[in-house]
Amino acid sequence: MNNIFDFAWLIPVLPLIGFIINGGGRNVLSKGMSGFIGSAVVFLSFVISILVFCQVLKGQTATIHYFDFINIDNLKIGFDFKLDQLSSLFLLIITGVGFLIHVYSTSYMHGEPAKDFAKYFSFLNLFVFSMLLLVMGSNYVIMFMGWEGVGLCSYLLIGYWYKNKDFTRAGNKAFIMNRIGDFGFLIALFWMIDKLGTVSYDQVFSTENLAKLTATDIKWITLFLLLGATGKSAQIPLYTWLPDAMAGPTPVSALIHAATMVTAGIYMIARSNVLYSLAPVTMGVVAIIGLTTAILAASIALKQNDIKKVLAYSTVSQLGYMFLGLGVGAYTGAVFHVMTHAFFKALLFLGAGSVIHALGGEQDMRNMGGLKKHMKITHITFLIACFAIAGLPPFSGFFSKDEILAGAYGAHPAYWAIGVLGAAMTAFYMFRLYGMTFLGKFRGTQAQEDHLHESPAVITIPLIILAILSLFGGFIGIPEFMMKGGHKLQTFLDPIFSESNKILKEHPVSHSTEYLLIGISVGVALVMLVWAWMKYSKYQKTNEEAKGLSKVLENKWYIDETHDSILVRPLFAFSNFLNNIFEKKGIDGLVNGVGKTVNYGARQLRWLQSGQVGVYILLMVLGMLAFFIIQLFL
Amino acid sequence: MDIKAYIALSLILFTIGIVGVLIRRNAILIFMCVELMLNAVNLLLVAFSQMHAVSTAAKASVTYASDAQIFVFFIMIVAAAEVSVGLAIIVMLYRNIHSVDVNFLNRLKN
Repeated sequence: MNNIFDFAWLIPVLPLIGFIINGGGRNVLSKGMSGFIGSAVVFLSFVISILVFCQVLKGQTATIHYFDFINIDNLKIGFDFKLDQLSSLFLLIITGVGFLIHVYSTSYMHGEPAKDFAKYFSFLNLFVFSMLLLVMGSNYVIMFMGWEGVGLCSYLLIGYWYKNKDFTRAGNKAFIMNRIGDFGFLIALFWMIDKLGTVSYDQVFSTENLAKLTATDIKWITLFLLLGATGKSAQIPLYTWLPDAMAGPTPVSALIHAATMVTAGIYMIARSNVLYSLAPVTMGVVAIIGLTTAILAASIALKQNDIKKVLAYSTVSQLGYMFLGLGVGAYTGAVFHVMTHAFFKALLFLGAGSVIHALGGEQDMRNMGGLKKHMKITHITFLIACFAIAGLPPFSGFFSKDEILAGAYGAHPAYWAIGVLGAAMTAFYMFRLYGMTFLGKFRGTQAQEDHLHESPAVITIPLIILAILSLFGGFIGIPEFMMKGGHKLQTFLDPIFSESNKILKEHPVSHSTEYLLIGISVGVALVMLVWAWMKYSKYQKTNEEAKGLSKVLENKWYIDETHDSILVRPLFAFSNFLNNIFEKKGIDGLVNGVGKTVNYGARQLRWLQSGQVGVYILLMVLGMLAFFIIQLFL
Repeated sequence: MDIKAYIALSLILFTIGIVGVLIRRNAILIFMCVELMLNAVNLLLVAFSQMHAVSTAAKASVTYASDAQIFVFFIMIVAAAEVSVGLAIIVMLYRNIHSVDVNFLNRLKN
């Protein structure tokens, strides 16, 4: 083996092979077989990703050309893969966490019939393939292919239980929301092709090409890319699909929310960091979108009772933090948070899946409680994830979140203050979730209580691995002021972001301020944590109707209803008008009218064909006479 | 003789022919009217040919004046061929329907 980069193409191709085998052989393969194939291909990809990562760690990067994908006149788009610090890091996250989720699924989905089981794994593999393509592509077109691929797969997986109308509708919602974002991505893509004639990262970000773009160009390209990112990464205004995506099986939620899909938008912006750094307006928009989403989603999560819904809104909220990080120029922080979030959010979802599994499909937290005694491993790992997401040291979430918050403080103290408010809510809703689920007394039915059990090893082992990662994953990014050279991730990612760091102004914050900021955010999180713990460890089911603000929160700020009344319903009315009036009367009338006119005209003209030779001759003579008259007198 | 007289005669003959074709129902008469029209044209061709023959331009060329007269022969030959076919059709017509009235000949109509 001379160079591992020669085998890099296997990373996406292996899951694709898994997809083909599982998809094609879904009627023949046994459950064990398809589960094994599905997991094995991702594992092999993971192994190759590790090797690639090691190579990149040595400072070696590569852009590998496979074939010309598009070659028209001056536009040449190659099917190229780019292996550098950013993509290799994402490869690790995707294949690593993806593999754990695959393994987990073999047990979680065991109740499914063999045919659907293989279908499920083929979709999972296709999902991983698309995401790998997205990350590995060395130009925006390849990225877009993966981008569309994950959109499709999310639709397939969210609507996996397709016999349930609501679930398929949730799938549709995800797909349509994503399409709106994809439209923005496409516009940005065409804009780039128009102005630069190239879409490859190396060329677009080269100094001479950047000089060709005016400030307006860059502003609009980045804004349209941002629209794409808000769709994929579930930000305002296109975030509502993600909570509904809970319709899919729980491991799918983990895959969508942790390792793949939603990080695509972050990846894309991080990849385009040079462009974004040159567009201060867009940076502001990114930061504000991120911040609003973080706060809004966190406030909704405070009052949800469905365990998966809480986690979904927490994902939206955490993605908001990542956007905030990107918006204030803390690119490393955002990527760092993607990574730690992948660990603890996958852990949370898989833990929630384990709980749901033990309760025989129960998702309502009001009917849970006291699971601490029954599910020891799930409980411990879940608690670790809660600490991590709440941002308590030394769990991984602490490092990444505080890096983003420090960056936000550098940009504007108000960003930081709102961010801390969101972090406080995060701590509260996570420990509300924890308290309602694991503490207190069991509130479900007797039958459920008898059935309670710890999940099998196939489920708990991924949980343990993820818990270890959530616990220690943060140590690769210890802030500079705590330990000199402690931020290994920053050093590692430096080649990607150095260009932007030169453009963006540094906002140096003194060490004492940094300690103070961290102290405040951790303190606030701790207070909220203790409050939620006290409040919800003794949670009793009540039938009281929620009132005031909590009712608004319970109904998710009525965002879905607002969308429904200002967008969906007028659209439906308009479509109805088009269908009933415009289509039936207008278009059909026109089409049928043409037919009827011809028919009528033909029937009239038919009388001319009397079959009387005399009439024909008379007409001929009259015609000739007319010609003569025209010729001679006119 | 003045060319106008020929033109007038030819016009009269042609008009008689057309009117005959239009108003007659007897196939043989229609046929004769067609012949009348052809001959009206022939007459005109010959007359014009003769008129041009006296012009100086015609004297320079041997074929110039006789072109139209050659046409006349062609028309006669074609007319003769047409008559032979046409009369044969009319004879067959009479044998089949015992009439030469063209208004009976619209059987393809429906």
